[in-house]
Amino acid sequence: MRRVVITGMGAVSPYGKGVDTFIESLIDGKSAISAVANLADMKGLRSRVAGLVKDIDPKEIPRKYRRSMSNMSIYATLASREALDQARLNAEQCASGQMGVAIGSTIGSTQASQEFFDKFLSTGGLEQMKSTVFFKIMNHSCAANVSQFLGITGRTLSPSAACSTSCQAIGYGYEMIAFGKQDFMLCGGTDEYHPLSTGTFDILNAASVKFNDQPYRTPRPFDRDRDGVVCSEGSGILLLESLDTARRREANILCEIIGFATVSDPSNIANPDMASIKRCMQLALNDANIKPEEIDYVNAHATSTKQGDIAESEAISELFGDDTPVSSLKGHLGHTMAASGALESIALVEMINRGCLIPTLNLENIDDACANIRHICKFERSSIRIAIKNNFALGGINSSLVIRRYKDD
Amino acid sequence: MTDREIIELIDKSIAEEFELDEAHMKPEALLFIDLELDSLDIVDLVVVLENAFQFKIREEDSIQEIRTLGDIHRFVINKKKELNKQ
Repeated sequence: MRRVVITGMGAVSPYGKGVDTFIESLIDGKSAISAVANLADMKGLRSRVAGLVKDIDPKEIPRKYRRSMSNMSIYATLASREALDQARLNAEQCASGQMGVAIGSTIGSTQASQEFFDKFLSTGGLEQMKSTVFFKIMNHSCAANVSQFLGITGRTLSPSAACSTSCQAIGYGYEMIAFGKQDFMLCGGTDEYHPLSTGTFDILNAASVKFNDQPYRTPRPFDRDRDGVVCSEGSGILLLESLDTARRREANILCEIIGFATVSDPSNIANPDMASIKRCMQLALNDANIKPEEIDYVNAHATSTKQGDIAESEAISELFGDDTPVSSLKGHLGHTMAASGALESIALVEMINRGCLIPTLNLENIDDACANIRHICKFERSSIRIAIKNNFALGGINSSLVIRRYKDD
Repeated sequence: MTDREIIELIDKSIAEEFELDEAHMKPEALLFIDLELDSLDIVDLVVVLENAFQFKIREEDSIQEIRTLGDIHRFVINKKKELNKQ
């Protein structure tokens, strides 16, 4: 098995474009959540807050490529280009056949689907349809668009497991390189905001509804007063490569991925299960061949739902005890859905390399049911050698990554 | 509409849809080479013209003969005249 390292990262987030903007906003404790006025137009939707991407220019992508992209592909393409630039990889390496793509989204573009059906139903047919609408709706739209734009000729994988999507994408990319099938994998996830994203959670009584007038106060992972998910959008992309390749080309190695696990939890399609979460984290530790006590930090999934935060904190407590630092970045970012695993992994890599722990924003009064772990409530300086990153999805899909500070051994 | 107005509307609609510089919108411009359109764009070009002039041309055989922007000008002018006679 080959060792796998991260040599490039790219982000488009509700803070704007780029990893630097993203990480500095997180460290500054800025909320990415704002009130979205037009959500009031949707009958029955009670949540009126979201984290929307700003300050990007889609026209950085030539029309010929952009015409088949919805916003989620635009985000993924801009983030992918940043990751490749940081990794100092060029068009020749993209076209070598040794670079693959593992980028997913929750579903294809809902906005494009809406526009299609608006025209289809209002005109009674297909005469007004543009040629590129299908390319925005297909499930592998983002992976395909990124590959087209960058001229990537290796494997293309488009995992789709809602909130576990990009954690899985990174994990599958890691395994593909470890098994020697590709030298480079561009991995991550992306999602664009549509009111139905919030609607999905609101129908389940799992969307935040009490902070519409104070959007910066929600979501509130692990907090006594949390009231649900806040949907956001963006993309996180990581360039993974074999350690051998990175050494040969003298790449700047950011971190090493040493473990991955993903499991199905068939106990309930919507409710997270503590035992399954614990099993997923344990399997990731087994894959990394490390013991729980070697974990210095847990980057939690913790979306601010009643049940999810409790199940995760119980699982973390059982496996790691009450002394391992834990925080969730959802309090800053909201839930970037298919992008969350990758964006939060990028933040984790930055925390490891900067020697700091970013706290859970809005965690003011720890819920008694979540109090069995060590919460990070304010910014801390800390040396992290190994950390675990969790993501769990509706549908009972759990996933965990183990990331280690790189040392040349 | 005068022929001049038709040509202006064609050029404006195509330039907007395909983000083309109006300086490149010359009658002799070859669609695939000078304007860098491709087969997907041609599908959308038909929709753009149908919306701009409120006619149906998708099934017209003579579309296959179009090579330049000037060919489009002539095609639309003739089509409008034909419709006006009906």
